[in-house]
Amino acid sequence: MKRNNLFGALISIPAVLIYSLFVIYPLTSAFRYSFTNWDGIGEKEFVGLANYIQIFQSPDLVASIRNSLSLIVFFSVFPIFFGLLLANFIVRIRTQKIRSITQVVLFFPQILPLAASGIAWSWMYAKNGLVNQFLTAVGLEKFAQPWLAGFSTALPAVGFIGAWVLTGFCAVLLATGISKIDSSLYEAARIDGANWWSEFRNVTIPGLRQEISVLITVTIIAALSSFDIIYVTTLGGPGSSTLVPGISIYRLAFTQSSVGLASAFGILLMIIVLLVILPVQFYSRKNDQ
Amino acid sequence: MITTLSEKIIGRTLLIFAVIFTVMPILSMFSASLEPADTTPLGLSWPKDPQWRNYKEAFSGGHVLELMKSSTFIVLLVVPITLLFATLAGYAIGKMKIRGHAALFFFFLLGLTIPFESIIVPLYYQVDRLHLLNTQLAIVFPLIALFMPFSIFWMRAHFLRIPSEISEAAKVDGASEFQEFRRIHMPLAIPSLSALAVIIFIWTWNQFILGVVLIDDPLKRTVAGALTFFQGQYWISIPLISASALIIITPSLVLFLIFQRKFISSLLQGAVKA
Repeated sequence: MKRNNLFGALISIPAVLIYSLFVIYPLTSAFRYSFTNWDGIGEKEFVGLANYIQIFQSPDLVASIRNSLSLIVFFSVFPIFFGLLLANFIVRIRTQKIRSITQVVLFFPQILPLAASGIAWSWMYAKNGLVNQFLTAVGLEKFAQPWLAGFSTALPAVGFIGAWVLTGFCAVLLATGISKIDSSLYEAARIDGANWWSEFRNVTIPGLRQEISVLITVTIIAALSSFDIIYVTTLGGPGSSTLVPGISIYRLAFTQSSVGLASAFGILLMIIVLLVILPVQFYSRKNDQ
Repeated sequence: MITTLSEKIIGRTLLIFAVIFTVMPILSMFSASLEPADTTPLGLSWPKDPQWRNYKEAFSGGHVLELMKSSTFIVLLVVPITLLFATLAGYAIGKMKIRGHAALFFFFLLGLTIPFESIIVPLYYQVDRLHLLNTQLAIVFPLIALFMPFSIFWMRAHFLRIPSEISEAAKVDGASEFQEFRRIHMPLAIPSLSALAVIIFIWTWNQFILGVVLIDDPLKRTVAGALTFFQGQYWISIPLISASALIIITPSLVLFLIFQRKFISSLLQGAVKA
């Protein structure tokens, strides 16, 4: 038993070592920096909670928290809602071949780098882009505009990119979930005269509880850490209308030399993620039992 | 499952619409990429005189070969090392259940929900102190480390599923701890390992923020991080940006189409387990 433990400890060392050095250690550094006014070069001076207080007093930083919370609508609510709807129809496709082609197409944005999706969509939203071309074609040219440049349109526009990336993923995951639900439940529902909607609500949704809680978790994390898409499309602009924590942290640390403040914001972001994720996890575990 | 005619029509329409919506941005980029490089194209148009040489221009001007080499180098380090470290630790935690395995597992779980953004700032200064800034190793080490929680979670789950009778049989045959691992558990782990390899490959290939922050020279990043280089280089020419972005996504797209089943099932499992 003793030799066994020794062997086990030895083979765990590489993982423990690299994880401690490049995740845990930087995390503790972030904590330490967050209580200082370090500019990245000079002396670190302890300032207590001043950075954390400053986050909530800075309109830009508050805006970036607010924006990332709004993005949850586009990254989580929209994809899960439409994912459910699509999944429901995917599983009804009888021809195996057509079903798998549909799933492959819907899934494919998931394997693209988010930065590439961002570039594709900046072109879609451009003045001459497809979105405006379409609006003009259907006689709505008065709504045609450079979507990423408008103060009120930029955030929904980048949010929609997230919806494009995640909806197919949700649909395919949920379709896999539906095909695992016992088909006798559906037959029973139909015999009871259930229509499409009540079948969806009373059989499909309860059977997908685990998948849905997974998707809520994954998509919310994607919404809160949406650095890639914003970086290539708007860089947070116009003004602060699409600022998100990742972009703010990047700017604070690397263009404004406020390393202390940037670190505090990083810690806060981690806490926000946990605050949003833990209730979902807790709720889904409780329901499983 | 019983389907009425009206459901069928609504369902088909919705699915067709979703499929079109999904491919539209890529089609639009493709049509733009074939327009003359010095023009501003329209969202979607039939190119009367397709300019295939835009691709040639983007390929050489965008240093695509160099980029692919850099990405491949990074992937070839990150994927095997991640798999190896995670298998070893996952085995100790999930199969051998060494003393303190629960605490060790919890230690790794801590890292599962840390956004990259939260530690990118200290990571920058740490990598600088190690004199690795602006080298590919600047992202190789942090990536392996950041993938540890998920990968160990994955491999532990695999080893938990292996019935303990198998180990006992090996012990009866007088196999040492190492022989048992090497001869019996490694071969059994191959399906789980290959799925994990797919996931780690995609995550590495598409990695953006670490490259942007830790490596100044876009040509030393992974391809995703290099997209900013095209934006800088070709911001004036939408046809060339489109051509280079399409070139960049081709390798993963081809791999995806060849191994679609493996990709989809791995990434789905990955989501469920995380």
